[in-house]
Amino acid sequence: MNEFFLITEHFSILKQINPGFWVILAGLICTLLPIGHARKAFVIAAPIFAGLLIFQLYDVNSTEHLGGVLQFGPVELTTLRIDELSVVWGYLFCLAGVINGIFALHEKCRITDSSALVYTGAAIAGVLAGDMVTLFVMWELTAISSVFLIWKGGDHAYAAGIRYLAIHVLSGVMLLAGAVLHAQANGGDFMFNDIGLDSPGGWLMLLAMGIKVGFPGLHMWMQDAYPKASITGTVILASFTTKFAVYALARGFAGADILIWIGAIMTCFPVFFAVVENDLRRVLAFSLNNQLGFMVCGIGIGTSLALNGVVGQVFVHVIFKGLLFMSIGAVMYRTGTAKASELGGLFRSMPFTTVACLIGAGSIAAFPMLAAFVTKAMILAAAVEEHLYIPFLMMLFASAGVMEHSGIKVPHFTFFAHDSGRRVKEAPWNMLLAMGIASFLCFYLAWPWGGYQNLYALMPYPMEYAYKPYTWDHVVFQMQLLFAAIFAFTLLKRFKLYPAERRAEILDADWMYRRMGLNVAIWGSAMWDRLSVHTSRIRTRTLSNVGRRLYQTFSPAGAASEATPSGLAAVLTAGLLFVVLMLGYFAR
Amino acid sequence: MPVMFSVLELMPDWLLTHGPAFLMALPLLMAAIMAVLPNKRVAWFTTFIVTSILTITAFALALYNAKVGTTIYKMGGWAPPHGISLVIDALNAPVLVLIALMSLITVVYAMPATVAEIKPNKRAPFYAAFLLCVAGLLGMVITGDAFNVFVFLEVSSISTYVLVAMGAARDRRALSAAYNYLILGSIGATFFVIGIGFLYMETGTLNMADMARILADLDGGSRVAKVAFAFIVIGLGLKLAMFPLHTWLPGAYAYAPTPVTVFLASTATKAALYLLLRFTFFVFDPSYAYVADGLLYILVGMGVIGMVFASLQAIFQTDARRMLAFSSVAQVGYMLLGIGIATTASVAAGYLHLINHAIIKGGLFIALGAMWYRFGITRTEDFQGLGKTMPLTMGAFTVLGLSLIGVPFTAGFVSKVNLASAAADAGWWWAVGIIMLTSILALVYIGRVLLLAYFQSPPQVNGETVIRNEAPIMMLIPMWVCALASVFIGVKSDAVVGASIRAAELLLGAG
Repeated sequence: MNEFFLITEHFSILKQINPGFWVILAGLICTLLPIGHARKAFVIAAPIFAGLLIFQLYDVNSTEHLGGVLQFGPVELTTLRIDELSVVWGYLFCLAGVINGIFALHEKCRITDSSALVYTGAAIAGVLAGDMVTLFVMWELTAISSVFLIWKGGDHAYAAGIRYLAIHVLSGVMLLAGAVLHAQANGGDFMFNDIGLDSPGGWLMLLAMGIKVGFPGLHMWMQDAYPKASITGTVILASFTTKFAVYALARGFAGADILIWIGAIMTCFPVFFAVVENDLRRVLAFSLNNQLGFMVCGIGIGTSLALNGVVGQVFVHVIFKGLLFMSIGAVMYRTGTAKASELGGLFRSMPFTTVACLIGAGSIAAFPMLAAFVTKAMILAAAVEEHLYIPFLMMLFASAGVMEHSGIKVPHFTFFAHDSGRRVKEAPWNMLLAMGIASFLCFYLAWPWGGYQNLYALMPYPMEYAYKPYTWDHVVFQMQLLFAAIFAFTLLKRFKLYPAERRAEILDADWMYRRMGLNVAIWGSAMWDRLSVHTSRIRTRTLSNVGRRLYQTFSPAGAASEATPSGLAAVLTAGLLFVVLMLGYFAR
Repeated sequence: MPVMFSVLELMPDWLLTHGPAFLMALPLLMAAIMAVLPNKRVAWFTTFIVTSILTITAFALALYNAKVGTTIYKMGGWAPPHGISLVIDALNAPVLVLIALMSLITVVYAMPATVAEIKPNKRAPFYAAFLLCVAGLLGMVITGDAFNVFVFLEVSSISTYVLVAMGAARDRRALSAAYNYLILGSIGATFFVIGIGFLYMETGTLNMADMARILADLDGGSRVAKVAFAFIVIGLGLKLAMFPLHTWLPGAYAYAPTPVTVFLASTATKAALYLLLRFTFFVFDPSYAYVADGLLYILVGMGVIGMVFASLQAIFQTDARRMLAFSSVAQVGYMLLGIGIATTASVAAGYLHLINHAIIKGGLFIALGAMWYRFGITRTEDFQGLGKTMPLTMGAFTVLGLSLIGVPFTAGFVSKVNLASAAADAGWWWAVGIIMLTSILALVYIGRVLLLAYFQSPPQVNGETVIRNEAPIMMLIPMWVCALASVFIGVKSDAVVGASIRAAELLLGAG
């Protein structure tokens, strides 16, 4: 690149400021900006600018770029660290920010624009943060800024937004507590590096990240909130929060054995829910959960092949998951619903969207030549290399499951199946453009002749050998798996054994707090009411007594405020003088 | 600071050498001329010019002091132990600036306020009395001679009685308040002069530095010195409204003309507090057992009781100015607590609170005056809707009120935090608790009127909602100067904190 274009050389201050902060700043400006077009310019330009800064700050040859060191008492904060791991997420989030921005171009809403920008910026700043305190701040900021996207989904999203916020704030608090404990155990070093599970602080932080990444049992906020957000909101939400947490896990807990099993379970259990779910955005949220399971498992395996696989999987995942959410979003934008039972036959009226959705579905199912084919295989191969056969089989089952619910079910019920009779317009141009970019990337990142090699170039860890995805046995094996899944689907449909699309709400672990918790709360409030009725007389009497006493003493009509005649005041003065004299007299 | 010193280059040499005498002579002289001036407009203008000059002089002298250290000016060329000396050191220079500056702010505010509150034929005498009061306050702060302190104390006090009584045109209760103040103020001054007499008996000198030296030689002195200490502390305690001796204050603040209240609240008690510092730490010394006991049991004891009691009283007041007056008594308690803990940090914190509180209360009383000026508001319940009818005035009131409570990024926060940390360092954890408690009480009494102002709609008069009617610009300027100053100190406190630490180090020695 020409020296002239190195803006970081012209403005050295830029080297000290986390690029994510500029995006946050742009978001804050957008809250005040009444002009829609100007806001859109910010939405597109800010992530590009941040990406440019990351590109210029990251020196491929040196290991890391540190900056923005602040000293708060004994705590030293390094607000900017760009190394070979964080730079991938930095690029990815900037890219996702741009695609999401294009997808949302049609929406004239100040809240969406600004909260999307702040959210994107917080995610970028979070992955580029060098210390755990900055990480915590960004952790909370992503939660707080993104909840507005959920609330934009309408009135029914309000409670889900509150639950989302509560869970994420809790996660942040746990993260901070864990960070403080961990730093204490390490002599006050707040740098965010490998944490491990030797200390209670490490366990707390793992739990905090587990909430955000959706560990089994801690995952329910995702399926609860994402389907209820606004159309663009879901797309934006699906890009950042969980991937931010994956970054934190990869940085802090690479090679933690417990993650292998957590990840393996995480890949399997959403399959069942996804198959019976009717709301397609919820299906996608379950499949998101399942995809995250692959990443968590890869982090747990912790070899460089596995970690590289995770990095690649994160990269392509954001793109194809975004693509799927975008295509369903486009359908919802035109038809007003994302329920499988009310859709079908849309391929006639929305051909481009159909193609985009199929590409996304193929990518998530890891068809050869499509995105996840390379990266998912790396994680699976790493599992085999480490002789982890049971997790391998679980992931294999999950891969078939992915094919089942995301690869077939989503496009099938939306665009094909029985004709719903809806004749709508094709998606708006900006949505098509965003989907087009994502579709292109899905192909490009798995392109055997010079495509996936670029993805390899981003991968942080040195590999003993470059994993070759396009071998005969791999391609054939994958095709067998996929066609077996298609066959199973067809068979089940043929014999009408496949669960029909029904309107129903599926509660899983969130039953704990949505039903039981609600009932406990109702019971508790009833009991409290009774208690307060019985104690109200006592309480009001004591309170009013205290209040009356205070009033009687201190009010203008009260004892302490009686107009003191100067004579009395003089006597008081003399009395006080006497006290001081006595003090002096008896002084030691 | 070196940048500031370049200001000194602009000052003529005579101002720096003879400035101390000039500071008290100019207002004295002008007061005499003013009293016979027939034209009321000239009176305001002259007062404005005089106070401006005083402010510049005081500022220059304070800078000069920061540059070259303590300066002693010999009145009429007579050397100190025998002649009268004027001293400018790190302790009194900030107080001088404060008094001069607040007098200037008061005069600016007084231009519209006096028109409404003082009869035309009384305005020239009003300004004369005001200048006399300024002269007295500056004199008692600047002089190094103990008897001279008494003289100037009386000069300022007597002119204050007159000023308070002038409020009778607005509210007849001003007369009884002024009378009450006269009696108690005279008792205070008498006590003080009796104390000086005893000190003279003990040491044979009236120069304060000399007294300090001789007392130290005598290792605290005999019983006479103890008696002197008792009389001086109680006499000054009356003047600075130490808790049970504060009974004159609410009446005087509430019924005096509003500019007088502004000036009294921000300077009169502060000058007396300065004298208390001067006598307890400079003339006497906390190393004498009777001084230490007095600090501990009287100043801290009364200070803390006053903080709680007066805050509670402020909560229940229906008259806004009385509310702030009781709050002043409570704030004096903070300063006494700081002085009573008697470590360098705590005295610095008390001193800092003295300066900050002067600015805060001055501004608050200006805002209240503006509300009276426009709507005749004196009661707290009349605050409803003021956020809409007088947004700028209410804005300043809010900023200053938050500062009084001690919200971060305001002056009140800086001094309260310093005081609390000084108390904690000295191991006085219960005092930290009291500071927190009274801050909450302050939140209640300020919050009460803020809620009314912002969350109630303006009242209806004759079926029509009262419309916006902002205070005149000459009131807005001084109140916003105070408000912004309090925010400025809250954000960038080094200069003021530095000055207070220098003052405390002068009194207690570094460390």
